[in-house]
Amino acid sequence: MSWLDIGSIDDIPVRGARVVKTALGCVAVFRTDENEVFATSDRCPHKGGPLSEGIVHGKKVTCPLHNWVFSLESGEAQGADEGQIATFSARVEGGRILLNAAEIEARTAA
Amino acid sequence: MTKKLVVIGAGMASGRAIEHLIEADKDAYDITLFNGEPRGNYNRIMLSPVLSGEKSYEEIVTHDDQWYADNGVTCRFGEYITKIDRDRKVVTGTNGEVAYDKLVIATGSAPFIIPIPGKDLPGVIAYRDLEDTNAMIAASARSGAKAVVIGGGLLGLEAAAGLKARGMDVTVLHLMGHLMERQLDEAAGYLLRRALEDKGIEIKCQASTSEILGTDKVEGVKLEDGTILEADLVVMAVGIRPETRVAADAGLDVNRGIPVSDQMVTSDHDVLAVGECVEHNGALFGLVAPLYDQAKVVAKTLLEETAEFAPKEVATKLKVTGCDLFSAGDFAEGEGREDIVFRDPARGVYKRLVLEGNVLVGAVMYGDTADGNWFFGLIKDKTDISEMRDTLIFGPAYQGGASVDPMAAVAALPLDAEICGCNGVCKGQIVDAINAGATDLAAVKATTKASASCGTCTGLVEQVLATTLGDDFVMPAAQSVCGCTDLTHEDVRRLIKSKELKSQAAVWQELGWTTPNGCHTCRPAINYYLLADWPLEYQDDPQSRFVNERRHANIQKDGTYSVVPRMWGGMTTPDELRAIADAADKYNVPTVHVTGGQRIDLLGVKGEDLPSMWADLNAAGMVSGHAYSKGLRTVKTCVGKDHCRFGTQDSTGLGIKLEKHLWGSWSPHKLKLAVSGCPRNCAEATCKDIGVVCVDSGYEISVAGAAGMEVKQTELLCKTDSEEEAIEIISAFTQLYRENGKYLDRVFKWVAKVGLDWCIEQVVDDVENRKALAERFEISQSVYRDDPWAKLAKPKEAEQFSPLANLTLEAAE
Repeated sequence: MSWLDIGSIDDIPVRGARVVKTALGCVAVFRTDENEVFATSDRCPHKGGPLSEGIVHGKKVTCPLHNWVFSLESGEAQGADEGQIATFSARVEGGRILLNAAEIEARTAA
Repeated sequence: MTKKLVVIGAGMASGRAIEHLIEADKDAYDITLFNGEPRGNYNRIMLSPVLSGEKSYEEIVTHDDQWYADNGVTCRFGEYITKIDRDRKVVTGTNGEVAYDKLVIATGSAPFIIPIPGKDLPGVIAYRDLEDTNAMIAASARSGAKAVVIGGGLLGLEAAAGLKARGMDVTVLHLMGHLMERQLDEAAGYLLRRALEDKGIEIKCQASTSEILGTDKVEGVKLEDGTILEADLVVMAVGIRPETRVAADAGLDVNRGIPVSDQMVTSDHDVLAVGECVEHNGALFGLVAPLYDQAKVVAKTLLEETAEFAPKEVATKLKVTGCDLFSAGDFAEGEGREDIVFRDPARGVYKRLVLEGNVLVGAVMYGDTADGNWFFGLIKDKTDISEMRDTLIFGPAYQGGASVDPMAAVAALPLDAEICGCNGVCKGQIVDAINAGATDLAAVKATTKASASCGTCTGLVEQVLATTLGDDFVMPAAQSVCGCTDLTHEDVRRLIKSKELKSQAAVWQELGWTTPNGCHTCRPAINYYLLADWPLEYQDDPQSRFVNERRHANIQKDGTYSVVPRMWGGMTTPDELRAIADAADKYNVPTVHVTGGQRIDLLGVKGEDLPSMWADLNAAGMVSGHAYSKGLRTVKTCVGKDHCRFGTQDSTGLGIKLEKHLWGSWSPHKLKLAVSGCPRNCAEATCKDIGVVCVDSGYEISVAGAAGMEVKQTELLCKTDSEEEAIEIISAFTQLYRENGKYLDRVFKWVAKVGLDWCIEQVVDDVENRKALAERFEISQSVYRDDPWAKLAKPKEAEQFSPLANLTLEAAE
């Protein structure tokens, strides 16, 4: 499995997110309070809101448009809402954020 | 044959000793009691209420003539001792000799008089006895009389408060940096000083007196820095020293005081001593509690029973009405010592506990001393407090249970505990009202005024209802902030202030949040409360803001943004319009719209274009219009008297001034203003959060309008004839809203909760409070009156608006 270095963890604010552009759409890369990194689809399945602009709390994010809440781990919508966002493997090594190239490229190529 | 006892000095210590002796064995001694003052024993510590007029001398007498007669005590009052002949065992008074088998010396203490020029002038007095008290009362009888009290300790402050209550102009001079430095730490000293200053007493700390001025009588006091204060009366209350002359003349051992054994016996085994003249293991005594312990031992020793005096920790209370103060034990900082501090600046409450290991060694409390005796007990008993350490500072009501139960705490409150600080309503009044039929919050509010003002005590009032009515009361489901906590917005605001929580981490930790760092509902609210309450200490957290406030632009449904440059008071220029048009062209803005607040809205801007577009607008002299913020949005104006034939004032000018004053400030919800130049009201000021309508005679300021889902006309706050005052009142009102409003309550909703009358009291009637609010607004604005666009347009900050990586480019390569 090959990993793709997409930037430094310091480029993402704590409890914030940045976007990685891929051929098929944007991937949101989140940094939690505990300095864990998660990558998901940036698009809320409800009305297409940019999840990377949402408020990050615990291991969850709230969509800025209509407050849908998603688990960053499972991608599942929380509470009464039903929906799912794609999640991608992400890890931090030596302060660099690595995404799984296969997953991203599959996404890029598909 | 009955033995003879002679007692020199009829003070509180000897009075108590005689009482114990007579109670134990009325016939053990023939007692002769000498006293220099021409009267018997009275409660000397109650001289302060006599001075202030709250009590009369008769009320503080502990032993009257009848009591001495009934108990066979021979009184020789108004008579000084000239000699003690220990060989013959005879005491000589001015009216003759008395023989003794046992002698008790209880000569007390003498006030310490600073050896400075003028100390002997008439009008310079100490504060020790009824004569001094009467002299002070006499001096205060002349209207406009001025008093200087030297010494900011317990006695000096009580004297100052008493003289003030009698109508004198009073200044307290204190050598040290804060008042009562032996009993209080600096913070409590500060609160005390503020309370005394509120009573109109002037306080000068670090003030060293160099001379008392006057020829025939005192006329003034000169300080070392050259300041001269006028004075008709100077009270020296800098300290006391044991009165030992009689003992020294008799050849007894004397150090600073008269040294005594644990049995209270002096160097002569037939002579005992008790009270403030005594020195025991090197310690002197000035407070009454240990003197009463000594008195018990004196009585036992005289009856040849065994007893030992062991000094205990002492507690102090200041007897000044309205200054609730308590201190006990030792509260100096030191290695191995830890503090637990509780502050509620709004209520003026300060509590500090000093721990050494698992034992409480000191307590200082100001403003709320109800638990003082409980803490004092823990200090005296050296109780291990490790089990209750977490909740110790909240007092006994919070102990013994696994978790904090607010109901139990309310149930445990005494009836005189104040529930509503705004209206001074205590628990007893609320309980009475409930028993008289006020069985819900509205009825209690209507009958007692409790929670009718700022509303922060609403929860407490409901808890009083619940504890009083039991099952008959159904607690309304208080709306908690969100699922992360059971606390309401009001609770959280109060606790952030009172517990001085200055970071999000502190809020999560101290208020027991159930989530690690909140959620999208509570985070923006907490972020706002923290920055509103601690503008200088708390750093605004963009990650706790809704996207619009983080991006300083409004997100649209397609993920693009809208950009609204500020146009002060709705005024613009051809140059600004050209720059806006250029920006619209350059960034392919599909929609240009004019808003209801007299601004131009550029819609459909891509997120990554925002920083460079802002830089362009900045270059043309424009700043963020904050069209996205829970904060000052717009001040709408009409053209006013410069152009309009009906205009009465410069409404445009005032609008611009207001906008330049208020911009950048955050508030619980958006804040929109308007200024109309005449009652025709073209700027529609009477449906704004704050509206000004100019009239010939000045400015009518009204508040709490709405023109959204609800439509509501504003209500008149006040009228003023000066533009400057109008701006100050509006700043103060804005600050009141910022400090007290619930997050996401518009002004009209908040005013409906707290009442317009309260707002008027706070910002119109109470001028000092208005100025303080306006000043706090200005402090906050020193941080926030700033253009966020300029900051975010800088290259380093602008990065966050672009993708972290663009893999589409790599794929293409």
